[in-house]
Amino acid sequence: MAHQNAGLYIHVPFCTAKCCYCDFYSVSDLTLCDPWFDALCREIALYRGQFSTFDTVYIGGGTPTVLKPERLDAMLQIVSRHFTIQSDAEITIEANPQDITVEMAHQLVAAGYTRLSLGIQSFDDTVLAFLTRRHTARDGVKAVYTAREAGFKTISIDLVYAVPGQTRAQWHKTLVQAIALAPEHLSCYQLTVKDKTPLQQRVVSGAVVMPDAEMEELFFMDTVSLLASSGYHHYEVSNFARTAELVSRHNQKYWLHAPYLGLGPAAHSFQDAMRWWNVTSVKAYIERLQNGDSAVAGGEKLTHEQLRAERLMLGFRTRCGIEHSFFDRSQKSHAAIRHLAAAGLVRVRNGRVLPTTRGMLVADSMPHLFL
Amino acid sequence: MQQIRNFSIIAHIDHGKSTLADRLIQRVGLIDERQFHDQLLDTMDIERERGITIKSQTVALPYRADDGTEYELNLIDTPGHVDFSYEVSRALASCEGVLLLVDAAQGVEAQTLGNLYAAMEHNLEIIPVINKIDLPSADIDRVREEIEVELGLDAEHALLCSAKTGAGIDEVFKAIIERIPPPTGTPDKPLTALIFDAQYDQFRGTIVSCRVFDGTVRPGDTIRFMSNGAVYRVEEVGVFRLRLEKRQELSAGEVGYIIAGIKNISDTRVGDTITHHEHPAPEPLRGFKEPKPMVFSSIYPIASDDYQSLAEAMEKYKLNDAALVYQKDSSAALGQGFRCGFLGLLHLEIVQERLEREYNQSIIMTAPSVQYKFFLKNGQELSVDNPHYYPDPGSIQRAEEPYVKISIIIPERYMGAVMKLCVDRRGVNPHFHYPSPGRIEVNFDMPLAEIIYDFYDRLKSVTQGYGSFDYDFIGYRESDLVKVDILVNHEKVDALSLIVHRDNARQRALQICERLKEEIPRQLFKIIIQGAIGGTIIARSTINPYRKDVTAKCYGGDITRKRKLLEKQKEGKKRMKMIGAVEIPQRAFIAVLKSKED
Repeated sequence: MAHQNAGLYIHVPFCTAKCCYCDFYSVSDLTLCDPWFDALCREIALYRGQFSTFDTVYIGGGTPTVLKPERLDAMLQIVSRHFTIQSDAEITIEANPQDITVEMAHQLVAAGYTRLSLGIQSFDDTVLAFLTRRHTARDGVKAVYTAREAGFKTISIDLVYAVPGQTRAQWHKTLVQAIALAPEHLSCYQLTVKDKTPLQQRVVSGAVVMPDAEMEELFFMDTVSLLASSGYHHYEVSNFARTAELVSRHNQKYWLHAPYLGLGPAAHSFQDAMRWWNVTSVKAYIERLQNGDSAVAGGEKLTHEQLRAERLMLGFRTRCGIEHSFFDRSQKSHAAIRHLAAAGLVRVRNGRVLPTTRGMLVADSMPHLFL
Repeated sequence: MQQIRNFSIIAHIDHGKSTLADRLIQRVGLIDERQFHDQLLDTMDIERERGITIKSQTVALPYRADDGTEYELNLIDTPGHVDFSYEVSRALASCEGVLLLVDAAQGVEAQTLGNLYAAMEHNLEIIPVINKIDLPSADIDRVREEIEVELGLDAEHALLCSAKTGAGIDEVFKAIIERIPPPTGTPDKPLTALIFDAQYDQFRGTIVSCRVFDGTVRPGDTIRFMSNGAVYRVEEVGVFRLRLEKRQELSAGEVGYIIAGIKNISDTRVGDTITHHEHPAPEPLRGFKEPKPMVFSSIYPIASDDYQSLAEAMEKYKLNDAALVYQKDSSAALGQGFRCGFLGLLHLEIVQERLEREYNQSIIMTAPSVQYKFFLKNGQELSVDNPHYYPDPGSIQRAEEPYVKISIIIPERYMGAVMKLCVDRRGVNPHFHYPSPGRIEVNFDMPLAEIIYDFYDRLKSVTQGYGSFDYDFIGYRESDLVKVDILVNHEKVDALSLIVHRDNARQRALQICERLKEEIPRQLFKIIIQGAIGGTIIARSTINPYRKDVTAKCYGGDITRKRKLLEKQKEGKKRMKMIGAVEIPQRAFIAVLKSKED
């Protein structure tokens, strides 16, 4: 474990406005950017020497591109100064399409970012309006071109489906448009109603009706079959890559229990069966680090049982599944695998138990059979 | 002894027995107005929730008469449901008189009669008390007439009271002192004390409730239980206030408790006689009936590891509910458990709830059954109360099932609905009486099996609660019986098997399949539920698997939360039973016990 390369995540907790479905932690008070950055630098210094080599860096949010390009450049420099970053590291930054100007794109490439994850969500203006996004379908297309021109080798596009009112045909059009842009990576998320979001209020009040389970299933199956026929590799429930090498190396770490360090408010870290997380509030984060304290709000040491539960929970979400030897030799486990295989939910190949596409759809239930 | 009165209150459900008891307790000052809360004697949650008394409770009321004489009035509370006639008989054997409570609006009900006969069997003084006279619908003259005609009692001396307002309570006390005879008995004769109840205290052992008939018992005495010869040294004796109150001795005529470090639960048997070890009485007291189970069902722990804990709980529970009989049982689907005999379906439900609430057991109960008789071709006769022991159908010459005579008293307007219900439940030989204008008593001969299966619930529903119901065992009659098995994904769930009349087999099997379909949540796999007689499928239902439950995103910040949810769900699954790969919730087993017609 200790010799495994780690992933570094930095949470930029700022957005100029909040989208109606998002429950990620962010604030719109951009005057906090400076003290936040200062605090982040202190936090980076606190972890110096505690993780060996990072081979991925992921700047997420929030909206990292609300920060000035110079700051995004400085951030990577400070990270490189305090940590060992492998030379061929995957360095991702998330961005809103409207922020990817020619200038910004060039500066990001120059700063060393290798991978751009664009929050395009849809190529349909009606859907974008419903989601209270502040860009258009055209902005999305333009951002991909601009990023390409600037020299981004790896571009990922985030899309959302099962939006109220969206038809399968509309979603198909968005997917076709995405495929036409030939991104290296695609994340297709089913819209989920999160607690305490404006979307939830509208659903509870009855103003908006979410698609039913059957419809969700159709959206999912449509997505998988169209992307597969276009050559994309479906490697996790919501993630697709043009080749096996183009999977998000950073996100893989979450699913494989590889070590990762999360910096910034609300960020989670994991190493050697320990998981810990930072305070959520930006102000508390700043205050703690200014006082020379750690930003860690809580943590847990995972028991063997808990690690096992997580391996099951995460493993069945990924195409590569779980190694057969991981399962105990009990009759219960054997019977469960047999039943799952008979129902077409897993396949056993090359010493691994692999979820089928239908299996991925019920990945949250499968662990129960082994617990 | 002249200052002791031992009495009980008997009444139909809801005629105000617990309220009257509470009022008596309050009047003698055992508790002040501020502490007073309704229905003090019904201490179990479940009694309060259902508004019925299940367990007899006893309380000694210190009462000062107008002339200044101090009396000790022992009120022995009795259960109020047809299933608990055995508990009633134990309580009554310890009394010299009863208050027979009749609701001033509803009048005499079927159960009032049953209780009255029980009191008469024990030669008790009976004081009719017309309660709820404060109700606008009270019709005292009609109720007096019913007491005369239907109960054959002298209604002229019936007392009038309202336990709710307190009106007439003083007269009730007066009547207890004047009309109920004091106990007889001799304090210096050899000890005979009747055990009518017992509770288990984990620190002090069994607390025995008893009525001393002759002799005296004191701390330090060596006592013997006459049925099994078990010998103990008395640690403490006393009487029941609302709590235990220590005394120097318990003497002839008194009601109280004995603590004697009795850790071996099975030694204490309700109905047994306690005597002195050195100077034993020549023979035990008579008059106790053995409980006669009518309904049988098996109890299993949900997790088979909990068998030992269930076994201990059953043992302790049994002490407090002498009517429950049980023995070891085992099931391929549910593992080790107990086959139990109950007085009736309500008794069964109460045992189930008390085991869960008071003894923290998670249990599954199988479909209730009666005791069938099978006469085999080889001349053998088999009594079978467990479908597991249903004989090879080819070997059966003929079969019999128990019948009861049911008696239902209802307002005339429900006649049609009740007739239909009884005929649907294989009732035969109908008789009708008109005990008073507007009311009708319906009698049928009916298989007991039809009654244990939610009959009472159905009756209440078709009569909107106005029907009163009682039954008596009348013997065995020939019947055409088959065994229905329930299969889940082709695996037989032996705990769901049942013996039924051939004509009911298909309908019951369908009902169970449908019930299971409603109660078993969708799972990862398709579930096929079938009902079968031997190899023939007679009913079927299917539960389609759910297709999608996965959350869209799972990154660094989601994992802990997701795992905690998984752990929580796993906890919830402890109440599930695995049949093959299918998880069957406990409530599915319970739901099968209840039909849902209409």
